[in-house]
Amino acid sequence: MKLIFDKSVPHRRGVSLASNDISAPASLPAGLLRQAPAELPELSELDVVRHFTNLSNKNFGVDTGFYPLGSCTMKYNPKINERVCRLSGFAELHPLLPQLSTGEMLVQGALAVLYDMDMLLREICGLAAFTMQPLAGSHGELTGVMIMAAYHRQQGNRKDTILIPDSAHGTNPASAAIAGYEVQTVPSDAEGVMDIDALGQALGSHVAGVMLTCPNTLGIFNPKIAQICKMVHDVDGLMYYDGANLNAVLGKCRPGDMGFDICHLNLHKTFATPHGGGGPGSGPVGVCEKLEKFLPISVVCEREDGSFFLDYDRPDSIGYIAPFYGNFAIILRAYTYILMLGKAGLERVSENAVLNANYIRKKLMPYFDLPYPQTCKHECVFSASRQAALGVHAVDIAKGLIDRGFHPPTVYFPLIVPEAMMIEPTETESKETLDEFIDAMIALATQAQADPRAFQAYPTTTPVTRPDETLAARKPNVATLPTS
Amino acid sequence: MPFISNTDQQRREMLAEIGMEAGELFADIPAELLSHPPDIPEGLGEQEVLGRMRELSEQNRTGLTGFLGGGLYDHYIPAAVDEIIGRSEFYTSYTPYQPELSQGTLQAIYEFQSMICRLTDMEVANASLYDGGTALYEAVMMAVRITGHQRVIVDETVSPIYRTILQSYTRNLGIEFVETKSDNGLPDGEHIREQLQASAKTAAVVVQNPNFFGCVNDLTGLADLAHEHGSLLIASVYPISLGLLKTPGQMGADIVTGEGQSLGLPLSFGGPYLGFMATRKKYMRKTPGRIAGQTLDKNGQPSFVLTLQAREQHIRREKAMSNICTNQGLCALTATVYMSLLGKAGFGQVAQLCADKAWYAQRRLLEIPGVKLTFPTRWYFNEFVLDLPNHADRVVRRLLQESVAAGFPLVRYYPKMENALMVAITEKRTKKEIDMFAHVLEASL
Repeated sequence: MKLIFDKSVPHRRGVSLASNDISAPASLPAGLLRQAPAELPELSELDVVRHFTNLSNKNFGVDTGFYPLGSCTMKYNPKINERVCRLSGFAELHPLLPQLSTGEMLVQGALAVLYDMDMLLREICGLAAFTMQPLAGSHGELTGVMIMAAYHRQQGNRKDTILIPDSAHGTNPASAAIAGYEVQTVPSDAEGVMDIDALGQALGSHVAGVMLTCPNTLGIFNPKIAQICKMVHDVDGLMYYDGANLNAVLGKCRPGDMGFDICHLNLHKTFATPHGGGGPGSGPVGVCEKLEKFLPISVVCEREDGSFFLDYDRPDSIGYIAPFYGNFAIILRAYTYILMLGKAGLERVSENAVLNANYIRKKLMPYFDLPYPQTCKHECVFSASRQAALGVHAVDIAKGLIDRGFHPPTVYFPLIVPEAMMIEPTETESKETLDEFIDAMIALATQAQADPRAFQAYPTTTPVTRPDETLAARKPNVATLPTS
Repeated sequence: MPFISNTDQQRREMLAEIGMEAGELFADIPAELLSHPPDIPEGLGEQEVLGRMRELSEQNRTGLTGFLGGGLYDHYIPAAVDEIIGRSEFYTSYTPYQPELSQGTLQAIYEFQSMICRLTDMEVANASLYDGGTALYEAVMMAVRITGHQRVIVDETVSPIYRTILQSYTRNLGIEFVETKSDNGLPDGEHIREQLQASAKTAAVVVQNPNFFGCVNDLTGLADLAHEHGSLLIASVYPISLGLLKTPGQMGADIVTGEGQSLGLPLSFGGPYLGFMATRKKYMRKTPGRIAGQTLDKNGQPSFVLTLQAREQHIRREKAMSNICTNQGLCALTATVYMSLLGKAGFGQVAQLCADKAWYAQRRLLEIPGVKLTFPTRWYFNEFVLDLPNHADRVVRRLLQESVAAGFPLVRYYPKMENALMVAITEKRTKKEIDMFAHVLEASL
């Protein structure tokens, strides 16, 4: 499809702007002005609407079809959330209003949402306090690790290492490293969870903490989690819960009760806010009581008269990690979703997510290798090793699924499973959809034996097929600039 | 039960088919952990929840005639923007890991990157970052990677909100943070030179244009100065202003970041917003975040992919350029649609409208006895600082009673500037509203 710039026609105009009711124009000196207008396209409103509508048709979303992208929790995004965040009392609210004197009284509704969301997340996670500020999950991780560092500074601890399992998301080691820590990888045991002996050997007074997902990226809940937390606490280390997989245990058990000290959530995963083609996310961070004072500035608090205010006077805080109060419109959506789910709804989420994942696990077990065959939680990780021996790799199965109308699972992650296919169906999908997906996977497994070469052609139903990523990286073309 | 498709009957069938009992599904979790399920209120129906949320939204005061800016501006958002980003093929998809199913998102990102380059006169842009503040932090970290130096000079005319963010991160990461004093509303070149000479290990000089006070600057001299000392110039810019003002690319900036909220995003009490980052081609492989690139598919067709992924956390883990994973996909799409709708002429026209109205407002407000420009010798785009005869905080409070958000009192971040009021104007403000503002302001002094 043509680039939008190639559709430009000189002097064509899109939206009409307000007329200028000022007679004398501003006249800045020429030296401060740009020499020529920016070469944005010149299009009618119809041109623009049609261009982007056609682009949207080249996209696949949850609303298009089944999207079992492991670890991304691509559940249905309720439409009511979109309506709520567009209410003018929220959408038109300037974030500096509460920083005016008495301005807090102008934003009581918004502060009430942030305050109540904090309370709900405390209860859901079993932690003492939450900040809504982190703007995405990885931003939450960085915030959490900075809180960890602040704690150790105040304790007078000299610690330089964070332990991370080999099954972790890439953001965990990246966040730890960016916050200034050495990263040491702890291997998984035969059951797919953190090897407790290896952990024991790695632990020492130099360890600031451990970052874990529980259940982990194999979809396995670590039954020894309490023991791990105790071992880490014994060296005054902190336990960090990567909440990416909270959907698996939502309403059932709580990170705080497991022994975790810090936890981030991905509102776009567990709490049904749209993934937006890659954001915006939102990554609230919760902490146990002894870490509450380190939370970023500002914090929403309640006065005795029931009104809310923003507390900026927090001497132990790690400071400002974002300009305002988080991705407010995302928090609004998640808040609406939690209000609708209620207590019983939370539990139904994990019960159905886990049932759906185990249904796929059991049904596909005869056809694909399953390195960790026990009961899974929200996702299961198959290996295409058996098919790879015939020349059909995980990527080929992914492309075959596309032709059968499905978004592929996450492939080649977690790294500890060769030819990994990580399938997370989520709770919102029906048995009929799962059955269709299972049939497609079985058909592909059968075809891999009968006609492995056929996979080279897949996908055939998409606008493009197997773009050359090596070429893209070797000769980067990342922008089209005007030829002048 | 909301948002669950399977019926109880289907659940029973599924369990029977796989030979499991419902109780087995969570049997791997120790019983003591299952004994404290969260206790939150029971769920509400859609109509009830909409009622509750509408009530909360009405406890916020909107509908004020707004002159509040400070980096976030009340611009007009064309109707077509919301219609397009409301297409769920865009908003219910994820990071385009499977290019064949994501050509829509990927091409839109590529077009976004191209438009940001064209606006800033830079060569390369990424797919977006969280917001203007964290984008500036990512730029500083990028400069640290490029130069190998661990010191950064930040001018006090950079948004104080951004400076506090930079301070939090740099303190945690052991990077020396030096703040330079301004000279009558603009960065003091001599002070910056002294600081550059004080250490040969400065990664970057960070400035903003128009700066927090609204003053417009030509950064060319500062860019040259930074380069002479082996440092980079990082400029945080307000994208709408680039419809009119000299570009950071022309002025020699090395890394350009900014807050893209003004490009079609609602104010939404602080987010989600849109950070953008553009740079020179030679620094492309040191850039954080996602980048979309054009390539060919196996049939030789032009197509788009995420590229240069060897910089990123999912490949490089602890050696990645940044920990960023999610960008602001939908917000970048919003900005792309906004810029396309305004187009080459319209974008400049919005900028000119802002400048014209601000110029009118400035002169009109200066007619009020006792009101002066804080920095009278400077040039402005759409925001300026006034010295009032009394405490600006009190004036703002009084004007709120007249349904006017008069602006931002600077005393909060600049304690000596008790009487300073920062006023912002966008194309949405009419001459009539500006005259009314002048009238109530005069009456309140």
